[in-house]
Amino acid sequence: MAVDSPELKTLPAEDSHLVTYPRFLWECFKISFDGSPLFYAWMTGLTAIALVGVNAWANQMAEGMVLTNMTDHVSWGLYIANFTFGVGLAAGAVMMVIPAYLYDDRDMHEVVIVGELLAIAAIFVCLAFVIVDMGRPDRLWHMIPGLGRFHWPMSMLTWDVIVLNGYLLINLHITGYMIYSRFVGKPLNRKWYIPFVFVSVVWAISIHTVTAFLYTGLGSRPFWNDAIIAPRFIASAFVTGPAFLIVALHAIRELMRLAIPDGAIDTLTSILRVTVWINLFLLASEVFTQFYTGGTHAASAHYLYLGLDGKSGLVPWIWTAIALNLCAAVLLVLPATRAVRGWVVAACVFTFVGVWIEKGMGMVVPGFVPSTMHELVEYTPSLTEWKLTAGIWAMGIGIFTVSVKIAGHVLTGRSGLGSRRIS
Amino acid sequence: MTEVTRRATVAGLGATLGAVAFAKAMEPLRHFTEDLSLDQFLQRHYRELSPEDLERVLRRIEEDTLRERGAHVSVADDRPIPGVQFGYALNLSVCNGCRKCAEACHHENNHDRSTNQSYIRVFEMEQGSLDFEHAATHYDHAVPAPGKYYMPVQCLQCDDAPCVAVCPVEATWKEEDGIVVIDYDWCIGCRYCEAACPYHARRFNWSEPEIEAEEINPDQGYLSNRVRPKGVVEKCHFCLHRTRRGRLPACAEACPTGARVFGNLLDPDSPIRWVLDNKRVFVLKEELGTRPRFFYFFD
Repeated sequence: MAVDSPELKTLPAEDSHLVTYPRFLWECFKISFDGSPLFYAWMTGLTAIALVGVNAWANQMAEGMVLTNMTDHVSWGLYIANFTFGVGLAAGAVMMVIPAYLYDDRDMHEVVIVGELLAIAAIFVCLAFVIVDMGRPDRLWHMIPGLGRFHWPMSMLTWDVIVLNGYLLINLHITGYMIYSRFVGKPLNRKWYIPFVFVSVVWAISIHTVTAFLYTGLGSRPFWNDAIIAPRFIASAFVTGPAFLIVALHAIRELMRLAIPDGAIDTLTSILRVTVWINLFLLASEVFTQFYTGGTHAASAHYLYLGLDGKSGLVPWIWTAIALNLCAAVLLVLPATRAVRGWVVAACVFTFVGVWIEKGMGMVVPGFVPSTMHELVEYTPSLTEWKLTAGIWAMGIGIFTVSVKIAGHVLTGRSGLGSRRIS
Repeated sequence: MTEVTRRATVAGLGATLGAVAFAKAMEPLRHFTEDLSLDQFLQRHYRELSPEDLERVLRRIEEDTLRERGAHVSVADDRPIPGVQFGYALNLSVCNGCRKCAEACHHENNHDRSTNQSYIRVFEMEQGSLDFEHAATHYDHAVPAPGKYYMPVQCLQCDDAPCVAVCPVEATWKEEDGIVVIDYDWCIGCRYCEAACPYHARRFNWSEPEIEAEEINPDQGYLSNRVRPKGVVEKCHFCLHRTRRGRLPACAEACPTGARVFGNLLDPDSPIRWVLDNKRVFVLKEELGTRPRFFYFFD
């Protein structure tokens, strides 16, 4: 998947983009719908799950948000939990970009586009979760500056809209430019993507910081009103990003038969080995502060970890998360396991799920329990919420699969206008 | 069949099936779009409506209420009165926890009947504590109970309201007379305000409010008690459709103990001013810096 091979520079540019760009899109479309029986089965399965989600959303629109189990006490639930986690996944993809471009890691440079495509898919997932959480998505246009009333800079949510969409556009540009240039057989012009790559590194940090600020800025909820949330978000983003990418790179190598250098996977594993421990350390700092101080401000933490007044809905969730993260952390340092592919992949899956719980349900829901007036109302997601959640993730994985497939085809020269000359 | 045409046929079949499945999955959405007219969809923010546009919107809401709910109502747009700043005080020594205020709010403001919604919740507090951790709202016994006192909580109409700051579309704001209002036709239903409010003063319409035609209070305001659409946030508005016409809020009128004192903070002869000048008043969660306009005091 090398991107800027020197031999490309000899190719002449002939047709105008007006001709080649539609041909490029058509080729992308064809690649998306053509593949092995396994690919068809995979995409059909994902589409089926996504359609279950679409149907759940249509019903939720017709009946109202009453189909969720959210209440005025717990007014954000599984959707916003997944949104928060998804932003972390999108930001975590930068853990391929930094080694590739800041440390000039050649192996990582070969496959860095996988990280950028993950960022795109993850942002689509995030935006979908926000939209399904809205009571009136038909009024989304009220947020468009100029048309509606965009409450910037006061509302942190407007900042989030800017950084998430900005991050999406930057990554669409970088990946789109690379794949299209290769498709038409033109050499890459560094000034058309290198500045964007560097911006994307800073931007990746910003998306998760702003998402943390959504919570930390609320003085009414002590569980969130805590400066450690933003650093924790970044740390756990750098857990989920590499964890997902390690598994994805193995899958791409095995299933798509594309050359993935070991060096890239090794670097990601080294990063993960450190970030899982940083994440656990920040968690421990948080837990100590909450429990040693005690008092009413620690009520949410009590509810989360131990249960409060006989209510303990989140206790199994959070201890599962901690157990998974601890297992992963140990597997990644033990000499007997840390270099064994099976164990590393297991560690990735463990910590991915662990952070999904910890940062999702474990971070969003306790902010509401007890409520600002100290009422204890518990929350368990409804079937509608689970269907929608599964549907959105299926859509995201579908976008990721198809985009990686397109990138693989074009960048290895299997599709493209200049492809015959390269091979 | 050749390999190519067979593949194309399978792909075409797959695509058709996919499209049909998608259409089928989206089908329930029709119920949502049926209820939404183009006028409603394109309606501007309340503060951007010209007098003629606003007039049209008010009449349309009246027609919609008649068509969809079978109730004749009049929807007005009462504006703040210059020289009036509303404030509210509540005497905790005399409040007996009867919840007549919450009930009056329920009827005045056309709340959802199935959830017995109200903007007011009355906390039964433990003698000797101001901590809501030891309070309950769902008490079901004769009041006042021994060892308890009662604290009704509704929107405090904060001067530095976190809910207003966080709204991404300016669907909620503070009016010149101090009342924090919501444009129900502009709210996108993200519920960020609900997360931001330290007093649990906001409510979300999880479904279409249920209310019998004959029970609908026909005296309505655009920014206050008209029947709210599904999927938007609502809150106490100091009954602005009454108070801006010189009447008391429904809760103050209903209170049998005289615990509630409402009025114009700028009027030196008003009862609210007398309370603020002569009683040791306090506000809820003062440390958060929200500067509420709703005061509590003990006699």
